[in-house]
Amino acid sequence: MDATETDPREAAFQDLIDADGRVEPRDWMPDDYRRSLVRQIAQHAHSEIIGMQPEGNWITRAPSLRRKAILMAKVQDEAGHGLYLYAAAETLGVSRDELLDLLHAGKQKYSSIFNYPTLTWADMGAIGWLVDGAAITNQVPLCRCSYGPYARGMVRICKEESFHQRQGFESLLTLCRGTPAQRAMAQDALDRWWYPSLAMFGPPDGESTHTGKSMAWGIKRFSNDELRQKFVDMTVPQSHVLGLTIPDPELRWNDDRGHYDFTPPDWDELRRVITGDGPCNRQRMEHRVAAHTGGEWVREAAAAYAAKRRAAEATA
Amino acid sequence: MSTEPLWEVFVRSRRGLSHIHVGSLHAPDAEMAVRNARDVYTRRQEGVSIWVVPAGAITASSPDEKDSFFDPAGDKVYRHPTFYDIPDEVRHL
Repeated sequence: MDATETDPREAAFQDLIDADGRVEPRDWMPDDYRRSLVRQIAQHAHSEIIGMQPEGNWITRAPSLRRKAILMAKVQDEAGHGLYLYAAAETLGVSRDELLDLLHAGKQKYSSIFNYPTLTWADMGAIGWLVDGAAITNQVPLCRCSYGPYARGMVRICKEESFHQRQGFESLLTLCRGTPAQRAMAQDALDRWWYPSLAMFGPPDGESTHTGKSMAWGIKRFSNDELRQKFVDMTVPQSHVLGLTIPDPELRWNDDRGHYDFTPPDWDELRRVITGDGPCNRQRMEHRVAAHTGGEWVREAAAAYAAKRRAAEATA
Repeated sequence: MSTEPLWEVFVRSRRGLSHIHVGSLHAPDAEMAVRNARDVYTRRQEGVSIWVVPAGAITASSPDEKDSFFDPAGDKVYRHPTFYDIPDEVRHL
């Protein structure tokens, strides 16, 4: 085919996207679209399962049976979210094993936020409120993503995330209504998680490598900066109810813009954390790889049991 | 004549929605099952995509064990967002 000629399949594909249609696994799609989706869905799936670690850290030390049951349910949900997302990626012709290998080899990334340590119990509340709040802001538009299996996975995930955010806020509110020491612990957690949460939306629009194409393909609906602003606008009034102070002296309502003005996160720090030099990167990866290799015998045992059952059925 | 195998039929009503089970039919092979499913289940343009699955390939939970099988989720109300007490003035949560 002449290089200047557009592939008619590509034109039909773009028409479908422009009409806000959904692409399904057996449809023809451009290689770049497929690659972009695999990259994004895999990164999202990895984030869910790595995200189990900072909270898993506090399960045994939860202050009550109620909080412990809630935290376990939340970490359990995250494993489930990882599963939905790996399954969505597999519809694009990659295998979950392949994706896990890439994660373990450091060739695919996960969200920078999970490379920060969870130092106190208040971090469990702050993560639910801020980190899950930021995740929801990112994920709600993904429910309308152009790729059907990803969009459907996101619908399930968003429903479940709502409990995550509310339990976090409630937990933090309980601390804020408690003793001065508990309030101070809540404030300290907000001080440490605020900027990393803002950084979750990725680099500013001018520096985002994937945004343009992802928007044209209907994978992304809003830019990083738009989502970050939306998150700030929703979260600031919530902080007033908690009676906590967001650690940003520049934060104020801008009547002309109809939005809050705020200080952006430290982009150099974000770059460092993404490229492997955050406070917990090595620990998170070591733990993930150890869990995977340490779990090998469980997978082997399950396969052996299934083989034994098949053999028994064949002779029955 | 030997009985033709049974196929479970799933139809996607439009792009963006998942395939939903609509019923079953008998057919000698998978290809015939897809064609028959089209004729039976999408006569009024109910779908844009069809899956057929050999009925024998489906493993189902046992109806007799329904209560004990689903019981573990029964006492975990904290998995629902409405379990949490949030002051009325808090918006977007």
